[in-house]
Amino acid sequence: MKHYGMYTEEVMKHFKKPINMGRIKNPDGTGKVGNVVCGDVMYLYIKIKKNKKDEDIISDIKFETFGCVAAIATSSMITKLAKGKTIKEALKITKMDVADALGGLPRIKLHCSVLANDALREAIYDYLTKNKLPIPDELEKEHKRIMKETEYVEETFKDYTKMQKEQLNLKEK
Amino acid sequence: MKRIYMDYAATTPVDPRILKTMKPYFSKKFGNSMSLYHLGREAKDALEESREKIASFMNADANDLIFTGSATESDNMALKGIAFANKEKGKHIIISCIEHHAVLDTAKWLQNQGFELTLLPVDKYGFLDLKKLEESIRKDTIIVSIMHANNEIGTIEPLEEIGKICRENGVYFHTDATQSFGKIPIDVKKMNIDLLTCNAHKMYGPKGVGALFIRNGVKIEPLLHGGGHEFGLRSSTVNTAGIVGFAAAVDISKKEMDSDAKRITKLRDMLIEKVLKIEKSHLNGHPKIRLPNNANFWFSYIEGESLILHLDIKGVAASTGSACSSESLEPSHVLIAIGLKHEEAHGSLRLTMGKYTTKEEIDYVAEVLPGIVESLRKISPFKRDCK
Repeated sequence: MKHYGMYTEEVMKHFKKPINMGRIKNPDGTGKVGNVVCGDVMYLYIKIKKNKKDEDIISDIKFETFGCVAAIATSSMITKLAKGKTIKEALKITKMDVADALGGLPRIKLHCSVLANDALREAIYDYLTKNKLPIPDELEKEHKRIMKETEYVEETFKDYTKMQKEQLNLKEK
Repeated sequence: MKRIYMDYAATTPVDPRILKTMKPYFSKKFGNSMSLYHLGREAKDALEESREKIASFMNADANDLIFTGSATESDNMALKGIAFANKEKGKHIIISCIEHHAVLDTAKWLQNQGFELTLLPVDKYGFLDLKKLEESIRKDTIIVSIMHANNEIGTIEPLEEIGKICRENGVYFHTDATQSFGKIPIDVKKMNIDLLTCNAHKMYGPKGVGALFIRNGVKIEPLLHGGGHEFGLRSSTVNTAGIVGFAAAVDISKKEMDSDAKRITKLRDMLIEKVLKIEKSHLNGHPKIRLPNNANFWFSYIEGESLILHLDIKGVAASTGSACSSESLEPSHVLIAIGLKHEEAHGSLRLTMGKYTTKEEIDYVAEVLPGIVESLRKISPFKRDCK
């Protein structure tokens, strides 16, 4: 594997040309997470459809990320890995799957893959909650942990998020 | 691809004229300055001639200057050496909160060893609070260490006033002049400086050579013990080639510093003007009282490491104070000290120019930067009010 400084070629590919970047209007689930380690923030949106077996599948997925090269590349990669998967399959994706698919991440950047994974889990959690669907114990546990961490980041970035909420409100009015 | 170097504050290329001066000292004039025969004397002469040149550039006496292996070593020696030698006077150390890590981390290490540390605040431009300095000096204060110009935001501190305050209060004053030496004038007598750190590789000389000015009469302990080189203050076989290179760099600076500064200041101001046209871009540091070659910005909603790598793809070498790009994953302490929030420091960009920077290069950077900022804002969740 060729390396671009500390990053692999695959990381640089996704960084230069991220896939599934942007926002979904009226998403079925949204995951908003922040990284306590460095302060990166990721928003992930999913759209859910039924497949022929009547299972929920992630039919569309998009992200917005405020962060470094690794944060952008892991965001892009998680959307690639999750798109078209059933929710059950998507929940099986691990942070190591994301890092591996990118040909590895520098040790100091491994926390970025946690962020991408958390965002996906939160988006699924949001979808399940909104639709009053059963939530797996494991996901519930992870949600609690993520909420705790996100609280910290939201406090750090409250000016940014406040401003954003105001703008969204303006738009909706 | 065109490669544009905009990180002269990190290090500089060696000026070919300097390299030429250094060359004979590797294989021909390779002697050890401590040897008694002609090769040793040759090295000793080169060493003393270099010492004289560099000392005179800061208006110091040649015998008050010792050579070290880096500015970091000089900073370490200034703080630790003074701390160890002046324990009977006290254990209190004062530094600014925007010092380079070479000073900051050394002072914090000393704090762990039982010394007391006061970190002085700076204002939004990075200027030291002189009143706080005066109030902070105590009977048991042994050293005040304030940098000449900041390595990140380029702010030039009022050394003359700081030196006066320290001298009046009978406290040693050390300044880290690593970034300013060879770029703007410095005078240890006029500014009442007791110790000064500088090095060669920020002024087109070689890496691995630093110097520490120690005013005659200052009580200090060495860090390195051994053969008694450098008046017994820094044992180690003398790096003759490096030191000759340092002196050659000073020789050139003596002649070219003023005209270079004038030209580079113009380029800097041109760059700042162009970059600030980008929506939601902000200048860090003072608009005028800053190093001639330093420009530092932050851009809302984006992160610095991503910015640096996109610039790199376009052939531009620059640096950032973003948490993501640091080993500690902490944002720059300097940007936080001047009042930036974590996410604002996240989006910082430092562009530093040098004597080889051209107007065309400035134009190119100003041309590619807006597109990069825009593309990163497209990815960012915080972009709503930007186009």
